[in-house]
This record gives sequence, C-alpha cells and structure tokens, in this order.
Amino acid sequence: MNRYLVIFLGAVATVTFAFVVLIGLPEVQLAGVPAPAGLAPYTASQAEGRALYTSLGCYYCHSQQVRTPSFGSDSARGWGRASEPEDYVYDRPHLLGTMRTGPDLMNIGVRQPSRDWHYLHLYQPRAVAPFSVMPSFRFLFVLKDQAEMGDEIVTTPPGLVPAGKVVVAGPKARALVDYLLALKRDYDPHAVAGGAP
Amino acid sequence: MTTVPLLYEDSPPPQVAAGERIEADRSTRRPVLLFFHSAVVWLLVGSALGLVASLKFQFPDWLAGQALWTFGRVRTAHLNAVAYGWASMALVGVAVWMIPRLVRAPLHRPAAAMAAAVGWNLFLVLGIGAVLAGWTDGLEWLEIPFPIDAIVAVAGGLMAYSVLMTVARRRTKHFYVSVWYALAAMVWFPIIFVTANLPVWGGVGQAAVNWWYGHNALGLWITALSLATAYYLIPKVLGRPIRSYWLSLVGFWALAFFYSMNGIHHLIGGPVPTWLITVSITASVMMVIPVAATAVNFHTTMLGRFGTLRHSPTLAFVVAGAMIYTAVSLQGSAEALRTVNRVTHFTHFTVGHAHLGVYGFASMILFGAFYFIVPRLVNWEWPKPALIRWHFWLALSGIAVYFVSLTLGGWLEGARMLDAAVPFGDVVTATKPYLVARSVGGALMLAAHLVFAYHYWLMVRRRGPERAEPAWSEARAAA
Ligand code: HEC
Repeated sequence: MNRYLVIFLGAVATVTFAFVVLIGLPEVQLAGVPAPAGLAPYTASQAEGRALYTSLGCYYCHSQQVRTPSFGSDSARGWGRASEPEDYVYDRPHLLGTMRTGPDLMNIGVRQPSRDWHYLHLYQPRAVAPFSVMPSFRFLFVLKDQAEMGDEIVTTPPGLVPAGKVVVAGPKARALVDYLLALKRDYDPHAVAGGAP
Repeated sequence: MTTVPLLYEDSPPPQVAAGERIEADRSTRRPVLLFFHSAVVWLLVGSALGLVASLKFQFPDWLAGQALWTFGRVRTAHLNAVAYGWASMALVGVAVWMIPRLVRAPLHRPAAAMAAAVGWNLFLVLGIGAVLAGWTDGLEWLEIPFPIDAIVAVAGGLMAYSVLMTVARRRTKHFYVSVWYALAAMVWFPIIFVTANLPVWGGVGQAAVNWWYGHNALGLWITALSLATAYYLIPKVLGRPIRSYWLSLVGFWALAFFYSMNGIHHLIGGPVPTWLITVSITASVMMVIPVAATAVNFHTTMLGRFGTLRHSPTLAFVVAGAMIYTAVSLQGSAEALRTVNRVTHFTHFTVGHAHLGVYGFASMILFGAFYFIVPRLVNWEWPKPALIRWHFWLALSGIAVYFVSLTLGGWLEGARMLDAAVPFGDVVTATKPYLVARSVGGALMLAAHLVFAYHYWLMVRRRGPERAEPAWSEARAAA
C-alpha cells in the first residue's frame, strides 16, 4: 500500500472528522436560533463602538460570557444571568473572550449605566479604580481650552488634567460608550418576538 | 563528519548516502537560510513586543498616548510575530531541510520554497502592521485580516507544492516518522487556516470555529512539526535509532485523531452545547495516549546516553524541549477537566501553559535544531561556544520564571475569582507581584534571544576561528 497516500488521506480524514463533530454538528444544532424579543440589533453607532472595542483589543482582558452559578461566582458578582447562544445572534466577530483580567462585560450596560463614569474610566481607569491595570484610552478624547456646542465634557477629578483645560469625548469615545451601554442581557433569551406573550 | 544513516529503514550504502545527503543539502541551502534568517528577526521582534505588553501591567500609563501601542494591539502583534513569524518560519525551514535528506531526493523547485519565504514575510509585515493600525478580524490567533491571509495561503501553497513533490520523487520505500508528521502538518495547516478564515461564521458557532482553529494551530501545526524535528535530531545526535517504530506509529495516529478534537475545551463553561464541550474534554484527556507513546519512545532512546547532553548543545535543547512536551501536555489534559478549568479558565494560568508549550517545548527544540543545522548550511562551526551556554541557561531560566509565576499567580487569581466575597479589585491586586515576575522571565528570554541572534549573525558571516570539530565538545576539552 502506498504510504504517501495513507498519510495524506489519513491527515485529511482526521481533520475533516473533527470539523464535522466540533463545527458541523453544532452549526446544525444552532442553526436558526431565533433572536430574542428583548435583544435589538446594534445601531450604527453601537456597531462602530463594537468595531473599536474589537480593534483596541478590549476582549483580551474582558470576557463576554456569563457562566452558570454551578460553575463560578459570575452571577454572584452581579455579572448577570448565564449566557445563551441566543444572546449572540448579532455578534460578528464573536467576542466571548478567554481572559478576565477585568470583569465580564456581558451586562456592563445594566451594571454601570452612567456615560460619565465610562468616559472618565476610559480616559484614566486609575481615577476610578486605583488598583486597575487597564490601559488608559486617552487618545479617544480631546483636551480643549473650552468646550464647544454639542461637546460631551468629561467630569474629571482635580489634578487629572492641566488647569484651564477640559476633556471632551471624541466621536470614537462616544461610539464606544454607546456600545458598552447596549450590553444588557437582562431579557428572557427564549422569549421570541411574535411568540407566546 | 561521518554519520551513519540510522534513520532510514532501507539505507543505501554509506558512500551513496553521503552523496545523496550532500545533494539534498545543496538543494535546500538557500531557502532554509532565508527561512532561518527571517525566523531569527521575528523572534527578536516578537519577544520585544511581548516584553512591552508584559510591562504594561506594571506601567499601564506607559505608551498610552496612541492606539498603536495599546495593550490589545501590542499583545496581538507579539502573538502573531512569535507564532507565525518565529515558530512557523523556523519549523518550515527545518522541515524543508530535513525532508529531502529523509526521502533521499533533492528539494523539488527550491525557487518555489524561496518565494514561499518571501510571501510569508510579506504576510507578516502587512498583517502585523494592520493589527497595530487597528485593522483586525477580531478572533484570537486569526487577527490578521482576511485579504492579507490570501498572501500566506499562496505562500503556503508554494511551500506545500515544493515539499509534497519532493516526497513524491523519493528514493526510499518507507517513511521515517518525521516525514509523517511534517507531511501531515502541511496538509492540516492549509485546511484549518482556510476553513477558519472563511467569512461565513458568526455568533457562538464562530467561537467554536475560532478555538477549533486556535488549538489545532498549536497541535496539528506547531506540535506536529516540532515532534518531527525531535524525532529527527535525537537519534541523529545519539547515533542510535529511535526505540520503537510501533510506538511512534501509535503516537502519530492518536495525535492526529485526538488533538484535532481538543479545541472546544477553550469554551468550558461557555454558552455552547454541553455535549460539544464534553467531546473536547474527552479528547483532551485521551491525549495522554500519544503523549505517553512519544515520551516513552524519546526517553527510552535517551536511556544510558544522558551524558551526551554535555557535549551536544543540540541534544541539550531538544531533550529539554521533549521533556517539557510531556509535562505541558499532561498539564493540558488536566486543565481540560471541569474541576480544574473552573479555577484556571480566564486567568493567567492559561497564559503560562501556552508559553510552556510554544516556548519550553517548541522553541527549545527549534533552538536545538538551529545548532545542528546551521553549521551544515554555512559549512562553519559556532564561533563562541560560551554563548550557546548563555543562551541555554537564559532561555531555560526565563521560561521557568515565567511559567512558575503565572501558574501560581493564575491559580490564586482563579481561586479568588470563584469566591464572590473577594472584591474584584483584590483579585487584580493579588496577581500583581506575579505579573512583575512574569516581566522578569520575559526579559530573561529576550536576553537569551539577543545572545542567540548575535551568535547566529557571527555564524552566517563565518566569523571566528576555523574549527575541525563541533564547538561544544572542543570547549569542554579546553576547560
Ligand atoms: C490589560 C487589560 C485590560 C484591557 C486591555 C481593557 N481592560 Fe477594561 N478593565 C480591566 C481591569 C483590570 C478592570 C477592573 C478595574 C477597573 O475598573 O479599571 C477593568 C474594568 C473595566 C470596566 C468596568 C467593569 C465593571 O464591572 O465595573 C469597563 C466598562 C471596561 N473595563 C471596559 C474596557 C474597554 C471598553 C476596553 C477597551 C477599549 C478595556 N476595558 C480594555 C482590564 C482591561
């Protein structure tokens, strides 16, 4: 028997089998998972914020998946109910994450609804959590002498910015916070729009 | 230098074998050097980026003025540079060098292999540039954007063409085990890479694809090629055949079958069907079979010859790598168990494990391969044996500090995280001293690489005295 062929076909067969089991079958099982009634698709601004969250690599430190109470302290920490496949129907790319250097953010919009808090935290995490190792994202903000019409001013504690300057949230910071506030999975994941009331 | 061609089951007479080896080496010299030069540069770039990312935990406001240098991007540039730059290019270089020798045929179309190396570098420069600039596919291990991936698909195709055609023109009847691993890896990698990059996945299903790919990039690509290298070098340096043909057969097929199903253990506790996770956990535990088969084979081949470690830098690195392979694989199987994973998932423990695999196992074997192969490429001996020793001990102590600190710190992090009474801030604070130690480990590794790269540079420029004998044993005689 030709050993070249054995290795070649054997390699193709094993990886194909794994593909069918690990990806094919779940795709079939999850196909047509309906969008929950309580979950809205991302708005343009939220989607832009989500793209920024992805490109800045927030997901290397933050997960977006809440485990069941039997598996961890997630719910006890106030991170929300256990996540279901339905919660992710609009998510591309998925941002489930593998690290919790920072807290899970699946429900950060529920836990922390204040725009102002988020702005300050993104501008300087150590201004709200002195122990934090989260990077500062100050490049998403503009330092101005004076705020202009329509600017969102960030309330900063004394000493954080030079006297006479104000911190204004740039368009990217606004989009990012729009996204963070949209992270609210407090609906019933199985209640489908148009389904039983 | 005379070596007995112990590796072939159907060996030709010694003079024929020597002639064929010269012919094989001549055909691979230029592409292999190009792969190796590139790999060394990517190693330096990648480890410097890794150290910057690690230092950001001590100095979170350092280099925070621009998106380019933010943690999420530097960390990603690091991963891509070391995984696809250093490890992949070095491993492909070794495979290109090894296969013609093992199948007794010169490399088919070396120009295609050269073009592959150029394309691979182009992919990395553009891809890592894109990630730093903020253009990413947003999936771990698959960040480099889809259009740029096309470049590596073409480069990989050229590579596979050159290698597979070489094997097709073999003069041996049988294949040595290194050839199985290398061939299979060259079949596996294109399949998983193209499948995972198809723009059709989304939601939870995409997470499954992501980790099916991510774990296979380690298992079916980096691990397979690293094992091919170790299987070649250990018997070669010792001058005795590998202990058991049968065990290597078991090891190979069990790895092919079980490793390919491991990936979803990265989603334990996550929102995917439970049966799916159970399949991956089972496969992860079954990995004990190929790992034990390979370990027994390597270690019994070494038995009674551990003294050789002192004379052969190649063997010192490769044996360290092989032992770490056993350790990291058993650790991986344990980590997939739900009880352990509850604690370690989402923590720095996993990061320690990943580095033990790609560095302690794969990179150590690669360093050993460089010490064996480069003298044969440039027809020169390593000019400064002391630097090899520095490299070895800096690398080994670096990964030891790195691994031990993140393993302890990660476990502590996980245990505290499970206790809802511990505020999150205390979890973060508890990890800090361990993250300082991690930076120390990373700095040691970077130092090791600077020594290695400097020595490599001297070597390819053929600096230092002309030697009749390998550098290491001579150094010992002088001492
Ligand atoms: C290096 C790891 C790291 C990165 C990268 C990171 N964070 Fe954080 N994040 C943390 C840590 C640690 C905390 C907890 C301390 C604190 O509140 O700053 C945190 C906390 C948070 C919180 C508050 C969570 C809560 O429960 O109060 C939000 C919101 C957040 N991060 C958003 C982001 C966003 C958005 C990004 C990307 C732009 C990001 N983080 C990137 C580590 C990180």
